[in-house]
Amino acid sequence: MSGRMGACRMLRRAFSIAVLWSVAALGQQARIGKPAGEDKIKAMDITVFPDGRGLPAGGGTAAKGKDIFKEKCAVCHNDQGQGREGQYPSLVGGKGTINTPKPVKTVGSYWPYATTVFDYVRRAMPYDQPGTLQADETYSLVGFVLNLNGIVGENDVVDKDTLPKVKMPNRDGFVPDARPDVKAKR
Amino acid sequence: MKKIDPSRRNVLSLGAGLAALTACNSAKQETPSMIGAPLSKLGSRSTHVTSVRATPPPDTKTPATGSSRTPLQDSYGIITPSGLHFERHHSGVPDIDPANHELLIHGLVEQPLVYKLEDLKRFPSVSRIHFVECSGNGRSEYSGNLGADPATSHGLASCSEWTGVPVKLLLAEAKVKPEAKWVIAEGGDACRLTRSIPMAKLLDDALIVYGQNGEPIRPEQGYPMRLLLPGWEGNTNTKWLRRLNVSDVPAMTTHETAYYTDLLPDGKARQFSFEVEAKSVITRPAGGQKMPGGAGTYEITGLAWSGRGKIQRVEVSIDGGKTWKDAELQQAGFTKAFTRFRMPWDWDGGAASLQSRATDETGYLQPSGDEMLAARGRNYSYHNNQIKVWYVRADGSVSHVAQGV
Repeated sequence: MSGRMGACRMLRRAFSIAVLWSVAALGQQARIGKPAGEDKIKAMDITVFPDGRGLPAGGGTAAKGKDIFKEKCAVCHNDQGQGREGQYPSLVGGKGTINTPKPVKTVGSYWPYATTVFDYVRRAMPYDQPGTLQADETYSLVGFVLNLNGIVGENDVVDKDTLPKVKMPNRDGFVPDARPDVKAKR
Repeated sequence: MKKIDPSRRNVLSLGAGLAALTACNSAKQETPSMIGAPLSKLGSRSTHVTSVRATPPPDTKTPATGSSRTPLQDSYGIITPSGLHFERHHSGVPDIDPANHELLIHGLVEQPLVYKLEDLKRFPSVSRIHFVECSGNGRSEYSGNLGADPATSHGLASCSEWTGVPVKLLLAEAKVKPEAKWVIAEGGDACRLTRSIPMAKLLDDALIVYGQNGEPIRPEQGYPMRLLLPGWEGNTNTKWLRRLNVSDVPAMTTHETAYYTDLLPDGKARQFSFEVEAKSVITRPAGGQKMPGGAGTYEITGLAWSGRGKIQRVEVSIDGGKTWKDAELQQAGFTKAFTRFRMPWDWDGGAASLQSRATDETGYLQPSGDEMLAARGRNYSYHNNQIKVWYVRADGSVSHVAQGV
């Protein structure tokens, strides 16, 4: 008898747990997460999208970026972005090599979006001090790297309005995953 | 089923008892026994066990960036010891105090939310066994620069029991807006590594995990929390997860455009190749090993896995791919997990070429290197799942190169 009662109780409990979680799943209200305010989101959100969403105020030019690059980036990427000793990636060149037996993938030859350069430099560079660059510095550095690749002019203003409009040489170079593509013979 | 005759069993145990009695009556032990080590708070492996991750030469100027590889050749069963799980870091392993770590969910949601580690543990937890594999695993096999042992050729893959919470429960709390199609996942490492993940995967089997093989996940695997996308390329399984930005479009981050994309012969590159295709490797006998004796009975064993589901079949060839035999699968049934395969082998003491090929539950068959090259060309760099061949020589050594080459 008591065993049966126990089973009933367990069933009831299981049912109420199921109801509890389905209510949570329906999203009546957050039961565990704490609401995040605008300030917190603003402090953490550093994503830049191809249409320019996420780009901060400010701006720069390749001309201004030259000295910043020399000071903060050239130790690895070299004065003209050509890389060093095979260990640090080259940021320039490679145009026309992508469909050859020796493809050289750089910002100029391979990267499809200029906004990605801003996003990556701001979040990940300089390698040993990521997250330290100001918005203006970042815009100027992006301008410098794009200018090395002949994509923007030395005095072109790089900011949240102009950067998304930059058409990268390999913008149309990507296709969706088409696998499974290899049919093995048994 | 064979039944043991009870009377015969009695005879056997009587015999064993007599043998023990005889041993007791004989002279004292040759060497006196020593009292062993005392109890300890934290166990460690035998001092006679030396298996370690394969690390690159120490001459790099950026040691925080790179990868170390699981010594698959030393593994038993399907679980990788947490301390031997492969690593791939882009700016080192952060030391994160969970008290100061938050996961933010924002973007196209009704209610942006933050979660601490302790909050995640309030949700119903799930534990599942899944592999994680870097899509660069086996990359050099394309170019003919063949890995000399299983760690070198296939060690950017490991398998653990992961414990955590389905991502969909958190997304339900935040109330995702109908136009949301992607989620931008960001890590808490120095470079804030970021990938765009289709919403469908997050609403399917994706987890945020905090446990690995019965303990908190290791710092190298994302402590205190990481994204786990069963069967998807390792780079998307964001470690040290700090932010999920719900979006209508992908962010086209560096690691989904400049890297982790595959060039085809016409110069177009494949992007967002998430699923790991069926793969296998013989871990013993394998390159770098020596047959422990002469001609006789051995076991050929290895690991197979697929990001599309369960491993259905593994075949082994000992004659360079001319003939194939089905291997036995251990505990077939875990989806998107390592599956151990085994086959007894009567080695005749001569040269042999060993290889395995896996078939997953979708019917997909693991291809040869030649078949992959013909379909994709030489500039394809990630997502290589070609068949791996080991060469046993008459002197008992096992190599990654054919004899006489």
